[in-house]
Amino acid sequence: MSGGSRPARRGPGGPHIVPGDKARDFKGSAKKLIEYMGAYKWLVLVVFILAAGAAVFAIYAPKVLARATDELVYGLFSAGGVDFTKIGRILLHTGALYLISTLVQWIQGYLMAGVTTNLTYRLRRDISQKLHRLPLSYYDATTQGEVLSRITNDVETIGVSFSQSITQVISSVATVIGITVMMLTISVTMTLVVLCTIPVTAVLAAFIIKRSQKYFKSQQEYLGHVNGHVEEMYGAHTAVKAFNGEKSSEEKFGEYNQTLYKSAWKSNFFSGLMMPATGFIGNLGYVAICLIGGYSAVRGAMTIGDIQAFIQYVRQFTHPLSQMAQVSNVLQSTAAAAERVFKFLGEEEELPEAADPKPVNRRSDAGVDIEFKDVAFGYSPDKIVINGFSAHIRPGQKIAIVGPTGAGKTTIVKLLMRFYDVSGGAVLVGGTDIREIRRGDLRALFGMVLQDAWLFNGTIADNIRYGRLGASGGDVRAAAEAAQVDHFVRTLPDGYDMILNEEAGNVSQGQKQLLTIARAILADPEVLILDEATSSVDTRTELLIQTAMDNLMHGRTSFIIAHRLSTVRNADLILVMRDGGIAEQGTHVELLQKNGFYAELYNSQFEAGVSV
Amino acid sequence: MVKLVKYLKPYAFGIILVLALLFGQAMCDLYLPNLMSRIIDGGVLAGRTDYILSTGLRMLFFAFLSGLAPVGVSFFGGRIAAGAAMALRRDIFAKVLSFTNAEFDKLSTASLITRSTNDVTQVQMLLLMGMGGLCYAPVMGIGGFIMAMNKSPSMGWIIGLAVLALLMAITVAYLLAAPRFELIQKLVDKLNLVSRENLSGMMVIRAFGTREYEENRFDTANKDVTKINLFINRVMVTVFPVINVIFSGTSILVIWVGSRQAASANIQIGDMMAFMQYAMQVIMSFMFIAVIFAAFVPRAAVSGARIAEVLTTESSVKDPESPKNFAPSQKGLVEFVNVSFRYHNADAYTLRDLSFTAKPGEMTAIIGPTGSGKSTAANLLMRFYDVTEGRITVEGADVREVLQHDLRQRIGYVPQKGVLLSGTVESNLKYGDPGASDEWMEKSAEIAQILGFIDEKEDRFQSEISQSGANVSGGQRQRLAIARALVKKPGIFVFDDSFSALDFKTDTTLRRALKEHTSGSTVIVIAQRVGTIMNADQILVLDKGRLVGRGTHGELLKTCPEYYEIASSQLSGEELGV
Repeated sequence: MSGGSRPARRGPGGPHIVPGDKARDFKGSAKKLIEYMGAYKWLVLVVFILAAGAAVFAIYAPKVLARATDELVYGLFSAGGVDFTKIGRILLHTGALYLISTLVQWIQGYLMAGVTTNLTYRLRRDISQKLHRLPLSYYDATTQGEVLSRITNDVETIGVSFSQSITQVISSVATVIGITVMMLTISVTMTLVVLCTIPVTAVLAAFIIKRSQKYFKSQQEYLGHVNGHVEEMYGAHTAVKAFNGEKSSEEKFGEYNQTLYKSAWKSNFFSGLMMPATGFIGNLGYVAICLIGGYSAVRGAMTIGDIQAFIQYVRQFTHPLSQMAQVSNVLQSTAAAAERVFKFLGEEEELPEAADPKPVNRRSDAGVDIEFKDVAFGYSPDKIVINGFSAHIRPGQKIAIVGPTGAGKTTIVKLLMRFYDVSGGAVLVGGTDIREIRRGDLRALFGMVLQDAWLFNGTIADNIRYGRLGASGGDVRAAAEAAQVDHFVRTLPDGYDMILNEEAGNVSQGQKQLLTIARAILADPEVLILDEATSSVDTRTELLIQTAMDNLMHGRTSFIIAHRLSTVRNADLILVMRDGGIAEQGTHVELLQKNGFYAELYNSQFEAGVSV
Repeated sequence: MVKLVKYLKPYAFGIILVLALLFGQAMCDLYLPNLMSRIIDGGVLAGRTDYILSTGLRMLFFAFLSGLAPVGVSFFGGRIAAGAAMALRRDIFAKVLSFTNAEFDKLSTASLITRSTNDVTQVQMLLLMGMGGLCYAPVMGIGGFIMAMNKSPSMGWIIGLAVLALLMAITVAYLLAAPRFELIQKLVDKLNLVSRENLSGMMVIRAFGTREYEENRFDTANKDVTKINLFINRVMVTVFPVINVIFSGTSILVIWVGSRQAASANIQIGDMMAFMQYAMQVIMSFMFIAVIFAAFVPRAAVSGARIAEVLTTESSVKDPESPKNFAPSQKGLVEFVNVSFRYHNADAYTLRDLSFTAKPGEMTAIIGPTGSGKSTAANLLMRFYDVTEGRITVEGADVREVLQHDLRQRIGYVPQKGVLLSGTVESNLKYGDPGASDEWMEKSAEIAQILGFIDEKEDRFQSEISQSGANVSGGQRQRLAIARALVKKPGIFVFDDSFSALDFKTDTTLRRALKEHTSGSTVIVIAQRVGTIMNADQILVLDKGRLVGRGTHGELLKTCPEYYEIASSQLSGEELGV
């Protein structure tokens, strides 16, 4: 910006300098980011040069403009009068400089916007693809929120820093150097005076930032407490009311609120001091220049135009300086974000497919047989939960998995579908070790209906079609009919084209389950994996679900996380899970005779009912 | 927004002080270029160094004053903004705590949270800005304009032109970008949604081998966001160069026009230079105001309106002006008399004409499919809602005629999902009765079958419970919630589907222990599982809000087809006793 503009006023909320997070390996992360940019890094270099160029042109302009003023002064005090042609020429010259500077600045910004959006697009794309290549065990140790934060916050940080901060830094550096040089050409003394204000400003700013950051941190902390308390109390308001907890809650809130107030006003105060303080130093410099400049001009050592140009330079000096002060913060947080993103992109992926994958071997017309051979498994190597598990399952058999909540009922399923690899022994499908079969081929054998019915934001038809992406509308409809959900879907506003909204809140839990059953039916798998739990479903829907599941299971090998007695009793094999491992296995009769954990579990639920 | 002005009333004096300080600061700042022009015209051009020095010292004085004023502004402004926000937060919180389910349904919990947190912060931010730049900028703009006109009225049009150009540039940028800002929020939400779905559906996606499908879905969302981001970024990178052109064009124009005027002796050179600086100040002020109005005021206004809505909403459940007393002789007695309930704005009744009596020492069970009105009955008894028709009496008093506090004191309520609060096991268990003895707390935990779990913990009753009990399982949460109700020693127990997360074995043991220790109390159990309630003294079967059966398990199996349907889906033939 040109002209004798006043220091910019305090921006929204004051200059809160958020303590940035730091990268552990700054150089490494920066290098990776540069490599990641590929061919674009040269474009970025061009952008940097343009940014510096724009700054240089803008800096040169006031010096030229000063000559117009000098010419005017000269004309006014000489006999020949003012030479307007000459002034006009100088002004055109200045205008041209400004225009070039602006144009270069615009080209630079335009290019950089392209580079930045391309960079963020590719980062997000790569992260999203990486999601699907990571082993499932990765997500045991990492929360959903963390991964989401890579896609959203971290990529955003990198994007903002590229589109704004980094070019700003470049042009700030160029501006500060350029202005210093220009000021030196006008007056060494005055330049020295201006340069003297820098350390004073820096010390003052550091002092204020230190105080302000302390209160800003505690403000953020107590804002967190206040918001946390609000969230908790609103979420639990029935319990609060039921136990008459309103008063104690208000008291606790009052304490947090009071502390928040204290740190908030102090934080506001100190961060509000920043601008006046630096502004005051700036004003001192301004006064000094007027004084020294005035004296020099009287002595003829300097022209009025020089004073005018110098004032413009000084006014332009503070802003890029304060931006440079934030350089390290910006670069650090960019590097930290890049580090997290690249760490994620560099995580170890699922084991590669077998070098020489074998086809799925169907040894009979009925389908594949499955064998667990001395299987050992633990989610971590030092905690083996399954040891020496063996079982042979013939096509069409039904395996029930039972056990209390948290006993690890899905573990067997995860091994079977190779979401996890066994630690010892082997799982054989059709006589072939599943590690020798391509994952896609293996998983194509299975259809899955889980308790938390997973549906995505799309039409109902698309959600059913998920089981077989190429399926026709007729097939989708037929699957829905078999799943007892066709009638329900047709009563909905757009029928099969109705879009399921977030968390599919417009369809009940039971109906969601029916839709996932339809999906599995459409997939027409050889082996089924079912979770029977229907705890939050009303009786009628539950009957529908049971019918649908029975339709689905007919003639297929099925692994059922069982809750219904009829399923358990008819199962060809029951696996009783306890504390992550397999406690017992056998048929219903065998297990009852054994009178162990299963018998205990089974009997307990009907104790009360015996009298009826 | 107008309704919130009263929160500034206590600070009227402070606000006037802040405004005065801002005004003073602006005056000082405006005076400096004027003094500079005197240095040029009266000092440099006249060759008087003593005048330069004396004027310079005056400049120093005004620069100092101008630096002092904002310290006061920051001090008072910071306190006022933070103080008003604190009062606002306190009142909203107290208000929302007085709300019952009806208001939570209407305004939604998520929205109430945002209103109490983010919206208050928005308003606070606007106040803070209002105390600073927002007031300073207009003074500076108008003052600068007056000073400039004073220096050279005939060049005033240059400022007008520059401001006009600036406003046009900002308006065009705003018109281009604003609708897309809204859109971009939606697209980003969509991108986040797809990402979340990809994470939560990891197993399903791998099982069905639909990785490519998901990648395409993400890519579509990603491309949409990228495209619009690029557009907005390019608008933005165009705006700033344009503003630069306006600034530099103004200074060139001032010198061109100014030198003509100077040649005809209409203006002095120092004045021309001062004019240039004033012109810049005016443009800067306009820019600042435009940005604030485009970016912050609308947002804060929306926040203010949302806050005002909370503060003006009245709780639908109110305490009576002259509360009645409970009848001690009817301790524990609960009576529903022709109770009907329908939600505000709903056509259909959720509960219709329900009458029953629950007596001390007896267990009354309510069963039925989801949506049959079971939980509504409990909510009405707790007075989370008021009945639409009929009445509910507890210990002889209509629940609407006693204090809510006293009513709830008598009831041990176990909500469906447990609902624990952050703190320790002890703070949760003693939530209903902070004065309860440790022995009784331990006993209650034992009855609720949760003592074993507590004993396993190193800190036992001092073990941490995180918000909403996230660090314990669903079953443990339910058992802790049951213990919490037991600690209260109420005459009436309400279990709202409180056993659903327990495995059958724990369910059975727990119910046996409960029966022993609640023998003198009125027990109301709401359940989905027949196994949980088949020993109840009376079972009420609800269907679509109506009572369709009443009796014992054995009776209902014979007389109530709805009950039989539920039972037969859960129990085998022999267990049904047929």
